[in-house]
Amino acid sequence: MRDFSYFRASSVDEARNAVLQAGGALLAGGTTLLDLAKCGVAEPATVVDITHLSGLGEINVDASSAVIGALARMGDVADHTQIRAAFPAVAESLSLAASAQLRNMATIGGNLLQRTRCPYFRDPATFPACNKRNPGSGCPAIGGVTRNHAVLGTSDACIATYPGDLAVALVAFDAFVDLGSRKVSVDDFFLLPGDTPDRETVLGRGEMIVGIGIPASAAARNSTYLKVRDRQSYEFAAASAAVGVELEADGKTVRDIRVALGGVATKPWRARAVEQALIGKALDVETVERASGLAMEGAVSHGGNRYKIELAPRVVARAILKMAQNVGGLA
Amino acid sequence: MTIMETRKHGDASDGMIGGRQTRFEGQLKVTGAATYALEYPVEGLAHAVLVQSTIPAGQVVSIDTSKALEAPGVLLVLTPEDDLGLTTASDWHGNRPENQPYHPLPREVRFNGESIATVIAETREQAVEAAKLLDIVYAEAPSVASLDDPNAGEGKAVDMLNVAWGDAEAALAAAPVMIEAEYSTPREYHVAMEPHGLTVKWDGDQLTVWEPSQWSHGMARSYAEWFAIPYENVRLISPFIGGGFGSKGAALAYSAVAAFAARKLGRPVKLAVTRPQNFTSYGGRAATRQTIRLGATEDGVLQAIVHRGASETSTYADWPEQTGAATSILYKVENFSSQHRIVPVNTVTPGALRGPGKNPSAYGIECAMDELAWKLGMDPLDLRLKNYADRDYQSGKPWSTRRLREALMEGAEAFGWSKRSHQPRSMREGRTLIGWGIGCGTFPVIQAPSEAMIRILGNGRVEVVSGAIDMGQGTYTILAQTAADVFGVPVSQVDVKLGDSRLPGSAIAGGSMLAGSILGAVHKAATAARDELIGLALSDANSPLRDTGANTLTFGDGRISVSRGEGPSLTLPELMAALGRDELEIRRNTLPDGATAQEHHQAWTTMAKVRGPTMGDYSMHSWCAHFAEVRVDEDFGTVRVSRMVSAFDCGRLYNPRLVESQWRGGIIMGIGQALLEEGLVDQRNGRMMNSNVGDYLVPTNSDIPDIQVISVGVPDFNASALGGKGVGEVGIVGVAPAIANAVFHATGKRVRDLPITLEKLI
Ligand SMILES: Cc1cc2nc3c(=O)[nH]c(=O)nc-3n(C[C@H](O)[C@H](O)[C@H](O)COP(=O)(O)OP(=O)(O)OC[C@H]3O[C@@H](n4cnc5c(N)ncnc54)[C@H](O)[C@@H]3O)c2cc1C
Repeated sequence: MRDFSYFRASSVDEARNAVLQAGGALLAGGTTLLDLAKCGVAEPATVVDITHLSGLGEINVDASSAVIGALARMGDVADHTQIRAAFPAVAESLSLAASAQLRNMATIGGNLLQRTRCPYFRDPATFPACNKRNPGSGCPAIGGVTRNHAVLGTSDACIATYPGDLAVALVAFDAFVDLGSRKVSVDDFFLLPGDTPDRETVLGRGEMIVGIGIPASAAARNSTYLKVRDRQSYEFAAASAAVGVELEADGKTVRDIRVALGGVATKPWRARAVEQALIGKALDVETVERASGLAMEGAVSHGGNRYKIELAPRVVARAILKMAQNVGGLA
Repeated sequence: MTIMETRKHGDASDGMIGGRQTRFEGQLKVTGAATYALEYPVEGLAHAVLVQSTIPAGQVVSIDTSKALEAPGVLLVLTPEDDLGLTTASDWHGNRPENQPYHPLPREVRFNGESIATVIAETREQAVEAAKLLDIVYAEAPSVASLDDPNAGEGKAVDMLNVAWGDAEAALAAAPVMIEAEYSTPREYHVAMEPHGLTVKWDGDQLTVWEPSQWSHGMARSYAEWFAIPYENVRLISPFIGGGFGSKGAALAYSAVAAFAARKLGRPVKLAVTRPQNFTSYGGRAATRQTIRLGATEDGVLQAIVHRGASETSTYADWPEQTGAATSILYKVENFSSQHRIVPVNTVTPGALRGPGKNPSAYGIECAMDELAWKLGMDPLDLRLKNYADRDYQSGKPWSTRRLREALMEGAEAFGWSKRSHQPRSMREGRTLIGWGIGCGTFPVIQAPSEAMIRILGNGRVEVVSGAIDMGQGTYTILAQTAADVFGVPVSQVDVKLGDSRLPGSAIAGGSMLAGSILGAVHKAATAARDELIGLALSDANSPLRDTGANTLTFGDGRISVSRGEGPSLTLPELMAALGRDELEIRRNTLPDGATAQEHHQAWTTMAKVRGPTMGDYSMHSWCAHFAEVRVDEDFGTVRVSRMVSAFDCGRLYNPRLVESQWRGGIIMGIGQALLEEGLVDQRNGRMMNSNVGDYLVPTNSDIPDIQVISVGVPDFNASALGGKGVGEVGIVGVAPAIANAVFHATGKRVRDLPITLEKLI
């Protein structure tokens, strides 16, 4: 690893200023940053350690929302009793992510900003071209080994999957990212690759995540995160779904439904078409399966990832049916 | 030679042969006190890092090292430009081309990820950074990425592996029932917990190498030959190894480079092969494909087996992963034909990985038998029993011991096989389909000589000394048990020294041949030492046992006494004191009497004295039958193994606890092979795209169900001096087909290419 300077920030402002120096990178749990430094993708000149900042590790849940500090650990949020009660999908997305050791190290802010596992992105020595690393240089993944690449939200410039789980649950429940000076919805926070896959979020230079907020809702309270993968644990999703369902007083008709997908798209993917198709409907197997197919509108395969187009709607359907059953609303 | 039976008297202590003694070195490992090759606190270390090619084939035209050499801390950069002055070493059989120069950093690139340069610096970090500053110019040549590459072609036949008897094609044509299927397996990797690497140091022309090794003597020989120094000048130290699975039996190119750098710099050098580099610094299991045709009568009597297999090899060496190795000996069949080809592609030469040959071979034949059973409407267990091989049809020899029938019967009983419904998709819980499958496995008994030393010290401690190694399979423990057994002392009174090429010679820890071999030598040496003690005790003027009139003595419960009746009894230290000795040392080997010094050297450093399973009067093998239950999500295609019962015939078990752990380890690797493991190659440039353990998936704890293992073996004294057959390799063999067959039973879908990942089932 090459030399870099290390700076331990004692306040959020200090951290932001330090990052403004050329090449500065915040260091939280380090499980993404160090990993990328090892494979030669991240080469920060300055590492700004924010793990000692106080007040950023808190988890506060009240009747209207959950507010989680950027430095809260994945494991702590996953195990938090009130999060588990009011936002089960959020807790599950975390407990199904990575490994226990990583969850003990990694933070919520760092988690949102984890980067793609695209093996071409992660092997700069062999593949100098990569539009994410090196804008305009080309995409070696297209035409290569694409089993884990995205089928939704891709462009000619990039097909890399956003690999995280938490952000999928967050985007389903209209959560926002708190940048201190502004708040941005999680959906808007992440960008589609388009022609500029190097720009993954709206985070500006010198900006920092101080926390996230998740509005409470009946749908969030009756929610789940379903993650499908070949290995039982410690693997990124082949396809996942965060789903929450709220029924009308009749106990049948859908009042509110939230559907988001992971493991299949270039950003945490809200499937609004599925939601629209089910609002006002009663949930039976056929209706749910038909609506779930809408999740793949616009999907494009690159060969190895074709199965995701088949798989993802099934994951969505299973999660919706499970939540419908959970509130006795399965016709 | 005395054969030790499991003790019938005393406390049936775990410390005796056959006892369930826990790992002798276990505490050292769990407390971190065991020192591994890269942890030796050698003073003045320099650090070497490998630089690997990023093209699949061609020439290194030039490497501009100027920027790297200017980088902080850099001591030396080695490239194909440098003549290291090394000579090619012998192959495993001891064959050596005369005066052939050896270039461990070749100018010709033969695969993507081949080591072509090395940077040595004061710190590892400096070396890593400087390595990025090398300016490498290649002239790329056309390449073949893998077995699946359309340009790979048919490869070349390996005539040695042609096996035929009867008239297979004619019998197949005449058979009323026939199945034909093609099976394939991908590149698979060892993924030992401890990555490769070494620490190396010269003192004049004396070389010390700390390197994880499955074969301290054989690897020491390579260094001696590369550097043209006497074998005695090399000391390879490897007391603890974090797993090998076949990958740590040879000194490799990077080993030569590190040793050269240390000599050139006049400083010790440490070279750690990174996890990604481990995937291309040595070969894993070759990708294979095989076509099997089986002919049978309507009532399921096999008439013919025709097998055609192929495996990937490199462009510069031939490594056949023998897809016919198990095909020929699992069943009774009068007409048989098997051929194997190797297909050169731009890869590192593949190598031995747990159950080499037998493993992919059993995958093919055991799936094919399941397909035949289905076609015949027969229970797969019945089909196997119906075609039970009463002898080895390939060699014509009788089995030494073959309790595969017992394995099948007892395994089936424990599993509850009789409750299986024949029809696929007939067992389910909600959206989960449940299926049961069988797969048999086998691995040959391979024999080799070994040598061992026993030292009895004045304080009564017994030392067992051997250059054999323990990579977790339990050598320390079973050697201690053997000595404890012979001297009638608790294992706590025994010390075992292993893993040093300066110590007495031994067989390689590979091919499941070590335990049988080294136990024979240790037992022989210990018995000789005991006999010598008895002789002294009965004849020495100062021995209290002299005038007892006894003609032999008994060793038991920590005491030496007159066999029958009254009389004095002494502990070992008391006897040693009475005899006025501080030490008694005996060295024995299992070579034929009168073997020359050259034969000794050859025996410990090459495979020349190794004997195959049918070289004697019998055909000798370990056997197993696996029963798997899988649960398949019918929407998602995800497969989980929910239960395994496996029954083994491995002869006598020297330590059932350790053997069970070997079997379970093999089964766990087999689950990985069946469901997860696959080296993914970019077909455009032969680059391996998942060369890290985040992307090359091996099973986690939660992928592993309850595994019940059963021993049905009986001692086989043709196989080894103490009656054991191999246990390490066989466990994995047959697991993948058991799971694949269970997946068919669950889903009705036959997946014929491993691993069975979800996209193949949805
Ligand atoms: C083997 C492996 C498996 C994994 N499996 C999964 C999985 O299944 N599911 C899943 O969701 N994740 C998985 N992960 C990813 C893991 O969750 C992330 O690495 C982790 O959450 C990152 O958090 P961190 O605190 O360690 O981030 P860091 O590495 O410290 O930071 C990550 C990035 O965010 C920046 N950053 C950190 N904090 C802030 C902040 N407050 N404001 C602005 N920028 C910030 C850093 O500069 C850096 O660029 C896996 C990781 C590994 C290594």
